[in-house]
Amino acid sequence: MICQECKQRPATLHFTKIINGEKTEVHLCEHCAQERGEMLMFSENAGFSINNLLAGLLNLESPLKEAKTNAFQGPEILQCERCKMTYHQFTKVGRFGCSNCYYTFSRHLQPILRRLHSGNTTHAGKIPKRIGGAIHIRKQIEKLKQKLQDLIVREEFEKAANVRDEIRFLESQLMKYGEGGL
Amino acid sequence: MSLEKFLNTAVSSWMNQEGPDSDIVLSSRIRLARNIEDFQFPTVFTNEEAKEIVELFEKTFAHKSYVPFGKFELLKMNELQPIEKRVLVEKHLISPHLAEDCAFGACLLSENEEVSIMINEEDHIRIQCLFPGLQLTEALDVANQLDDWIETHVNYAFDEKRGYLTSCPTNVGTGMRASVMMHLPALVLTQQMNRIIPAINQLGLVVRGTYGEGSEALGNIFQISNQITLGKSEEDIVEDLKSVVQQLIAQERMAREALVKTSNIQLEDRIFRSYGILTNSRIIESKEAAQCLSDVRLGIDLGYIKNVSRSILNELMILMQPGFLQQYAGGALRPSERDVRRATLIRERLKMEERKYQEMEGDEK
Repeated sequence: MICQECKQRPATLHFTKIINGEKTEVHLCEHCAQERGEMLMFSENAGFSINNLLAGLLNLESPLKEAKTNAFQGPEILQCERCKMTYHQFTKVGRFGCSNCYYTFSRHLQPILRRLHSGNTTHAGKIPKRIGGAIHIRKQIEKLKQKLQDLIVREEFEKAANVRDEIRFLESQLMKYGEGGL
Repeated sequence: MSLEKFLNTAVSSWMNQEGPDSDIVLSSRIRLARNIEDFQFPTVFTNEEAKEIVELFEKTFAHKSYVPFGKFELLKMNELQPIEKRVLVEKHLISPHLAEDCAFGACLLSENEEVSIMINEEDHIRIQCLFPGLQLTEALDVANQLDDWIETHVNYAFDEKRGYLTSCPTNVGTGMRASVMMHLPALVLTQQMNRIIPAINQLGLVVRGTYGEGSEALGNIFQISNQITLGKSEEDIVEDLKSVVQQLIAQERMAREALVKTSNIQLEDRIFRSYGILTNSRIIESKEAAQCLSDVRLGIDLGYIKNVSRSILNELMILMQPGFLQQYAGGALRPSERDVRRATLIRERLKMEERKYQEMEGDEK
């Protein structure tokens, strides 16, 4: 097969494009494909990094969205107030611009994180010592409440009372943090 | 420069010290990714922000001692020569990304080179601890201490639900990557690795060749690390990795035993041929050198070769890389010149071993 663009070199790249349900086949040689910018996937073939792969993952939902864009013009642009990164940019580079992006894009984040971390979306590890004071206490309270339930079920009321006091103490600590503005 | 002197400055402690299971596990590493709340991530930050972060570290942490690592020194990437940067990469103290692409990149390095803190890489802060042998828990412990030390001076970007916020969503949560470097010649020789790698991948762990992503396993050295950083605690991640590593150690030992039983003389022959190549060749490519070093190391572990110390594989695998060869030569080398240099370096280093053992025997007499 000969390249349909230059009609000289043999066509080495074969595309099938489907736009609005209309199927077109394109046969090009490498040179012409590059000219026409249809080499997207093959350009800079050396740099196929984790971030390209990641961007691919993030873009999974895009075909749907693009269809929508065509139908109704100007969808809302999701942009981080702090660093001005848009969600679209994020899906391209696969990296966030600042910590605020996590909140701005939180709506889209859940499925992405689930895919990347075998279904996990919530942190279960270390909490920073200094800024995490209130969080530490809250986690501790959660654990103690669990323990309290267990003790009640087992009818160990004396121990349960102790745990309840511990929880009250921690809750008063937490109040102090609240007043301190943390 | 004499070889002894070069070695003294080039070899970090994790390369020639032994740790638990160091017949198979060469080194253990923990990396923590952290960002500072007040700055945009390196993906988009301005040069001013980048400079400010480096200055902050220079002021707060450089030249300070932190027991037991000794003093920390701050190395700025834009002040280093290309060869110097390359050497740091080859020693695994900094990443290629920091060396090449980060204009305001820096590295806070401890005196004993067990700890390096990369600044302005993909994240503002990347704490790295490298230990010989299988010592993941110990490395995590140290990394946590350093993390707490840094946290007393900066506000980390942290979210209760998502954990430590990182540039790349693959690191969010603990921001931790735990990895172990393993020498698995018997599993490769008995062609079991092809079966083992997919099994390990299914457990949420990644197996790679030595030098990061996309590289083949030079010298039968594999790096195994965790993929998941969210939803598991640091301790659990380390325990899971450790249990897989321990199974691999057991498998490798079994494979070695089986090899010795079934192909005694062929195996011994292969090992001594490789030793012959290393002690005699005048030109050697890194791939061949790596394979021969792996054979020799196996020979030492199995007791065929007695007058060479075990750390030779760790050490020479690092030192025979282009950056080190050029530093040793004192200037840039063409690839063909490197192969000659490499052969010379390996020959001399092995001769040093022979002399050392002869002296030891002499003393005994």
